[in-house]
Amino acid sequence: MKTIVFAEHLNGKFTKSSLEAVSYASAWSVSTGGTCIAVTYGNIDASVLGTAGANEVWKMDALSAADGEQITKLMLAAQKESGASAIVLSQDLIGKSVAPRLSVRLNAGLVSGASSLPAGNVVKKNVFSGKAIAHVTVNSEISIVTVLPNSYGVNTSGTACAVNAFSAEVGNARVRVKEVRVEESESIPLPEADKVVSAGRGMKGPENWGMIEELAKELNAATACSRPVSDIGWRPHHEHVGQTGIAIRPNLYIAVGISGAIQHLAGVNGSKVIVVINKDPEAPFFKAADYGIIGDAFEVVPQLIAAAKAFNATK
Amino acid sequence: MKILVCVSKAPDTTSKIAFTNNNSSFDEAGVNFIVNPYDEWYALVRALELKEAQGGNVTVLSVGGADYEQIIRKALAIGADDAVRIDAPESDALSVSTHIANYAKDKGFDLILCGKETINYNGSVVPGMVAELLDLPLVALAAKLDIANGVATCEREVTGGMEVLEVNLPAVISAAKGMAEQRIPNMRGIMAARTKALEVVSVENASATTAVSNYEMPPAKSACKFVDPANAAELITLLHQEAKVI
Repeated sequence: MKTIVFAEHLNGKFTKSSLEAVSYASAWSVSTGGTCIAVTYGNIDASVLGTAGANEVWKMDALSAADGEQITKLMLAAQKESGASAIVLSQDLIGKSVAPRLSVRLNAGLVSGASSLPAGNVVKKNVFSGKAIAHVTVNSEISIVTVLPNSYGVNTSGTACAVNAFSAEVGNARVRVKEVRVEESESIPLPEADKVVSAGRGMKGPENWGMIEELAKELNAATACSRPVSDIGWRPHHEHVGQTGIAIRPNLYIAVGISGAIQHLAGVNGSKVIVVINKDPEAPFFKAADYGIIGDAFEVVPQLIAAAKAFNATK
Repeated sequence: MKILVCVSKAPDTTSKIAFTNNNSSFDEAGVNFIVNPYDEWYALVRALELKEAQGGNVTVLSVGGADYEQIIRKALAIGADDAVRIDAPESDALSVSTHIANYAKDKGFDLILCGKETINYNGSVVPGMVAELLDLPLVALAAKLDIANGVATCEREVTGGMEVLEVNLPAVISAAKGMAEQRIPNMRGIMAARTKALEVVSVENASATTAVSNYEMPPAKSACKFVDPANAAELITLLHQEAKVI
């Protein structure tokens, strides 16, 4: 089965979520004895997509920036040219804008936010904010899958592949980018973070976040918070993880002083390893944790910082 | 300004998630359904704020059976002017989007607002499908929305910062956290909602391209391993040697 996958880049690098999508598309095509074509645009060395498993890259050099409708047209042209019967994107902002449009135009069944490879025409996806998994059957000739970020590992065992020029009539962007405000921080963007240190009301006030940031820095982790903390303004809204904030699936999630309300769990229950630090032994979060420390954050966290520093020194 | 807000129902987040019919359908027994929070807190409330500032009309629309009327009345109680229920099963995102687009295509809406996703199916698909079916631009996951002179200005979070986007109306916009704050309906709103117009539209079934065949529960977590708070450093060793995440 021939698979096409869209790959986005930012500041001269392919995004992690795009590399995950290429790895997924490549494994899907291999499992069905087909090939994988990665589609991209602009000024970038795209041969690296071969490392993630692409057999070839089709690149539209003339396009330097694109909105969802233009990427849709690019992918429609690539599908037509290649005859691909499977289309993959990341379930990121681009995937959410482009995949539904492709689904309508190609009358192709779309499974959004898949966490594992399809088996035949059945694709698994998380539903009820990670509390269950649905087996979705696709009943169309062409299938479209968007891959849940941080749920499929990036393949690095491939080799650089050929990049072929590709061109399509993509029209003009109707959504205009007026400004991009870069946050003045060196911290790791939360949705892409491999490790996250998060804290809640147990920290007693925003002035106590220094130790959370220090622990995060030592572990090379991003910082996050619970909803009450962002609502009362101790931390910025974009750090709020949970049902109504953002959902994340890092390899390591450390929750300090967060009781673990069901709405918070819904945003983090896809994490591989959960550590809970809380002085209340009855905190519901311990039921979802892999490791727990029942203790005062103000005594435990400084010990962890010291231990992480010692650990880093041995590396 | 004419605004259409698409609202879906979702189980209250504290609901027990269970399945029946050989794990092929969601068990609704004892489940309290609410307006999907992204549709209510952000999309609907922002639509009302825009109407209050600039004049206009806010219509809420749902695709679903008669059991939807409870959440539609809630949306009316919060302040929507009128409501539409497309009387059709919610089979998949394409069929729901087709019903929304067929209804909206000749009504002259300036803005179609949806929540960024539902908390039950977590799809984030309907806004994009409606935009494509109506040949409209889409801004997905806007955390801020302002309208002036027929132009919508949106802000949204992107990797490493915020992006400011502009789009001419009519457009479809999906709402993320930050666009507005939750409103609790007051008694006057609840009384008024009883007499507001709720049009029920009968339609032919729309075609679906996907179907959920069955559900499974995620693998159970093994028991939590506790570390002595007096020797918290042990945790770093466990994370390195046992869990292998650092």
